[in-house]
Amino acid sequence: MSALMARKVGMTRVFREDGRVVPVTVLEARPCPVVQVRTVERDGYEAVQIGYRPQKKSRLSRPALGHLEKAGAPPVARLVEVPKPADRDVKPGDFLEVSMFVPGEKVDVTGLSKGKGFQGVVKRHGFSGGDEAHGCKSKRVPGAIGQHTTPAEVWKGKGMPGRDGCSKITVRNLEIVRIDAERNLILLKGAVPGSRNGYLLVSKAGGGR
Amino acid sequence: MDEILKAVEAVAPGRETADFRPGDTVRVHYQVVEGDKVRIQVFEGVVISRRGGGASETFTVRKISNGVGVERIFPVSSPRVSAVDVVRRGKVRRAKLFFLREKKGRAARIREKTAY
Repeated sequence: MSALMARKVGMTRVFREDGRVVPVTVLEARPCPVVQVRTVERDGYEAVQIGYRPQKKSRLSRPALGHLEKAGAPPVARLVEVPKPADRDVKPGDFLEVSMFVPGEKVDVTGLSKGKGFQGVVKRHGFSGGDEAHGCKSKRVPGAIGQHTTPAEVWKGKGMPGRDGCSKITVRNLEIVRIDAERNLILLKGAVPGSRNGYLLVSKAGGGR
Repeated sequence: MDEILKAVEAVAPGRETADFRPGDTVRVHYQVVEGDKVRIQVFEGVVISRRGGGASETFTVRKISNGVGVERIFPVSSPRVSAVDVVRRGKVRRAKLFFLREKKGRAARIREKTAY
């Protein structure tokens, strides 16, 4: 199972051949250079380190540049470790590209969701809240948070107001609607976490578990 | 909008032209699937509205069928819409011609646009 880093471009809709409309998220996945290959012999597990987000050389530290140069990889801002592709052998300097996916295939997408700030329990935990009318004064309050003398405490994990969003979210089994190898685009059916221009890990569904 | 998104929407397999406006009388060739056969159905009427943009743009066509007003909404770039022929260019002063719904017969006429 393998994975790729991609940038969220935005959402739109496309037509299938039979005229049905599909809502899609467009991802741009420039070829990711393989920077390092982890092997069982040396590291105790198999994986590949890939780079993403092309960067100017002057923006990188000397150690980072040396690390990339050793692999013969172009300058990139970020590195990430992904499972080794099962169907092909990779060595440093190779590229992982969108062509590793085919339309119709299912993928999992992992990313950082949009930050919502400090939110109440209705938005953050889906509490139903109180009555909006009939003189009710507790419209969006959490209500009781515990019982009585027994157990005389609030259970750990109790839903409370607080910072919402900005957490790592994986959306499973998104269908690939189209692959544009020329422009390095992946069109996925449905929504993915995070804002536009955010980076996402796109992996074949069911991988890495 | 993002250039890449625009490009994706442009790839939408629509017809080359969508050169018609509200007020125009058009013949919409719409592919209808019946079992395993595809048939072309023609819907002729006045375009009373165009809305949305890019891949989600739609237009509304109104006609009077057997004395009953019928309106259909088509996506501009749907592959099911195989052609839109302009029968007549209408001269109108607004973008949405919903007022036609209240009018009947002679009152519902639209003047033809004459070339300059």
